[in-house]
Amino acid sequence: MSPADDKVVGNGGRPRLRDLPNDSTTKILVVATLVCIVCAVLVSSAAVLLRPIQQRNALLQKQRDILTVAGLYDRTADLDQQFKQIEAHLVDLDTGMYSDDGDALQFDVASAVRDPNASSRIPTADDLAKIHRRAHQMPVYLVRKGTDIDTVILPIYGYGLWSTMYGYVALNSTGERVKAITFYDHGETPGLGAEIENLRWQALWAGKRTFDEQGKVALSVSKTRPAEGWADYHVDAISGATLTSVGVHNMIQYWLGEQGYGPYLSRLRDGGA
Amino acid sequence: MEHYVNLAIKALFVENLALSFFLGMCTFLAISKKVETAFGLGVAVIVVQMITVPINNLLHNYLLKAGALSWAGLPEVDLSFLGLIVFIGMIAAIVQILEMFLDRYVPALYNALGIFLPLITVNCAILGGTLFMVERSYTFGESVVYGFASGAGWALAIVLLAAIREKLKYSDVPDGLQGLGITFLTSGLIAMAFMAFSGIQL
Amino acid sequence: MNTESKKALFEPLVENNPIIVQILGICSALAITNKLAPALTMSIALTAVVVGSNVAISAIRHHIPNSIRIIVQMTIIASLVILVDQILRAYAPEISKQLSVFVGLIITNCIVLGRAEAFAMKNPVWPSLLDGLGQGLGYSAILILLATFRELFGFGSLLGHQVLPLSSEGGWYVPNSMLPLAPAAFFLVALIIWGVRSWKKEQVEEADYRIQVVHRTEP
Repeated sequence: MSPADDKVVGNGGRPRLRDLPNDSTTKILVVATLVCIVCAVLVSSAAVLLRPIQQRNALLQKQRDILTVAGLYDRTADLDQQFKQIEAHLVDLDTGMYSDDGDALQFDVASAVRDPNASSRIPTADDLAKIHRRAHQMPVYLVRKGTDIDTVILPIYGYGLWSTMYGYVALNSTGERVKAITFYDHGETPGLGAEIENLRWQALWAGKRTFDEQGKVALSVSKTRPAEGWADYHVDAISGATLTSVGVHNMIQYWLGEQGYGPYLSRLRDGGA
Repeated sequence: MEHYVNLAIKALFVENLALSFFLGMCTFLAISKKVETAFGLGVAVIVVQMITVPINNLLHNYLLKAGALSWAGLPEVDLSFLGLIVFIGMIAAIVQILEMFLDRYVPALYNALGIFLPLITVNCAILGGTLFMVERSYTFGESVVYGFASGAGWALAIVLLAAIREKLKYSDVPDGLQGLGITFLTSGLIAMAFMAFSGIQL
Repeated sequence: MNTESKKALFEPLVENNPIIVQILGICSALAITNKLAPALTMSIALTAVVVGSNVAISAIRHHIPNSIRIIVQMTIIASLVILVDQILRAYAPEISKQLSVFVGLIITNCIVLGRAEAFAMKNPVWPSLLDGLGQGLGYSAILILLATFRELFGFGSLLGHQVLPLSSEGGWYVPNSMLPLAPAAFFLVALIIWGVRSWKKEQVEEADYRIQVVHRTEP
C-alpha cells in the first residue's frame, strides 16, 4: 500500500531528495506530485477494478426486487435462471406503446431523467410526486402464464418526507388490482416512515383496487376511514409517518394516472398487449 | 421563487445540518461556550458554505459526474468516484484563499475570526452540505440558496446552544454532567424542539 | 505485549476515549447508531481508515513540507476513504446505502485528522499503527454500546433479528419510539458520560462558578 510505495520511490529516485530541507520549493513540488500520483493510482485502480462487481450487484438487487414483488423470488434457486420468467419492455409513457428502444433491464431511470433529450420537465401543478422531471419512457416488467399476461410490474418513485422513495408495484393483467408493492430505496425516518419496508404493511396492499368506474385512480393511502364500500380502494397510512404516507399516496396517484402509466394500463385493459 | 424559499426554510429549520443530521458536532460542542465566539464561527461557516457549495456544484456538473465531460468531447467518462477528494481539496483551498484575502484586505475580521477559519476545513457540516447537494442534484441557483441557508442553519444552532450554555454557567449541575454532559443533554433538547419543524411546507 | 503497546491499545477505551473525552468523531456516533449493523460497519471502516492513515502519514512524516502538511494528510485520508467506500459498494451494497453520506464523512471525522496531526506526525510507524487501532477500538466501543441500546429498545431487534416480540405483531414489547430519533442519541451519550465520570472522577470538568452556601447567623 501507500507507505511501501512511497519508500520505494523515495529510494529509487534521486537519493539527495531525501536530504533536501522540507520547505524547499523542489521538495514541496516533488512530495506533492508523488502523493497525488500514488493516491490517484490507488483510487482509480480500485474504482475501475470494482466497477463491474458494483454494477453486477446493482443488477442482481434489481432482479431480486422485481422477482419479490412478482411473488416469484426463490432464495435458493439461481437468480438469473429465475429472472428468465420476467419479460422486460420499455414503454413510451405518452402513448402507452412499447418503444423497446434500448435495454429495458439496464435502463437507468436516474440518468434518463437528467438527460434533456430523454426527459421533460413536469409543470408544478401536475407534479404530484415532486419528482420535477419525467423520462419519456420507463421500463415495465411482465410475467406471463402461457401467452397471456399474468402480472404487470411498474417501477414507481416519489418524494416522501426526507427522500425520494423508489419501489415497484405489481398489478394484475388488467391493472385493476394490486398484487404487491415493495420499496427498495428511500431515506425515510427509521421506525416511522421507513416502515414502508415493513412486510406486514406492504401486505395490506394485496387485492386493493386501483381504478374506479370512471377510470380515475381511486387507490388512496390515508389515515381516515374510507367511505362505505370504498375499503377496497384504501390502504391505511402508517401511524406517526403522515408525510411519508402522503408521499406514497401521491406517488401512486401520479404513476397510475394519465401522466404515468395510465395510457399503458388503458391499452392493457382494452386487450392490446 | 417559492421553490427557493421552501428550500431555504427546509435547510434552516427542518433539515438543520447540526440538529437533524449531526454534522459539525465537534466544533459545535467545543466552541459554544460564549455567544460572541459562537456567532463569529457561525458567520465564518455561512461564508465558506456560500462559496464552496456552488463551486463544488459546478465542479460536479462539468467535471466529475457521468457524462459531465461531454463539453470536452469525452461523454463516456465518469469521474464521480473522485468526488470526495475534489470537494475536500476545493474546500481546503477556498478556506486558505479566504484566510489570505481577509488577512490582506479585512484584517479586523481576520483577527476576530482567528483560529476558526482553518478549523472550518474539517467541519463535517461543510463537506456534508456539498455531499447533500450532490445527492439531491441541485442546480446552480439551488446550490447558492442551499449554501447560504444550510450555513445559516448551523450558525443558528450553535448560537442557540451558546446562549443556553451561558445561562447554564450559574446552574448547579451534577459533577459527572458538568461541561460536556450537560451540553449533550441541552443539544438533545434543542434537537427535539427543532423536530417540531418537520413537515412544514410553504 | 509491552506496556507501551498496552497503553496505546487500551487507554482510548475509557481514559482517553475519542468520543467522550477528546470530543472527536461525535457526528457519526450520533447519526448511525440507530441500528447495530451500520454501526458495526462504520466502526470497522473508521478503524481501518485511522490505522491506514496513521501508518501512511507516519511513514512519510519526515518528508512532508510544513506548508502543505494539512492538504497532504487530507489527500491520503480521502484516498483511503474512497477505497473503503468502493469496497463497501462492491461487497456490501445494502450496508453501503445505509451509511451513504457518512462514509464520505470519515474524511472529516476529527478522529482521523486529529490522530494524524497529534500522533502520526511525531511517532514511528508501529506505535502509530497501535494508536490508530486503540482509538478505533475506543470509538467502536461507544458506537456499539449506543447502537445496541437503541436498536434493542427502539425496535426490539438486534442485528435485524427480532429479540423482543413487538406488540404490533402480537407480542408484548411496545418499542420506545424516541430512541431511533435524533435527540435520544444526545441523551444517551450524556448518560454514558455521566456514568463514566462518576466512575473515573479525574475526568470531571471544573465548573466556572460554584454555588456558595452562605451561613447566616440569626441576629
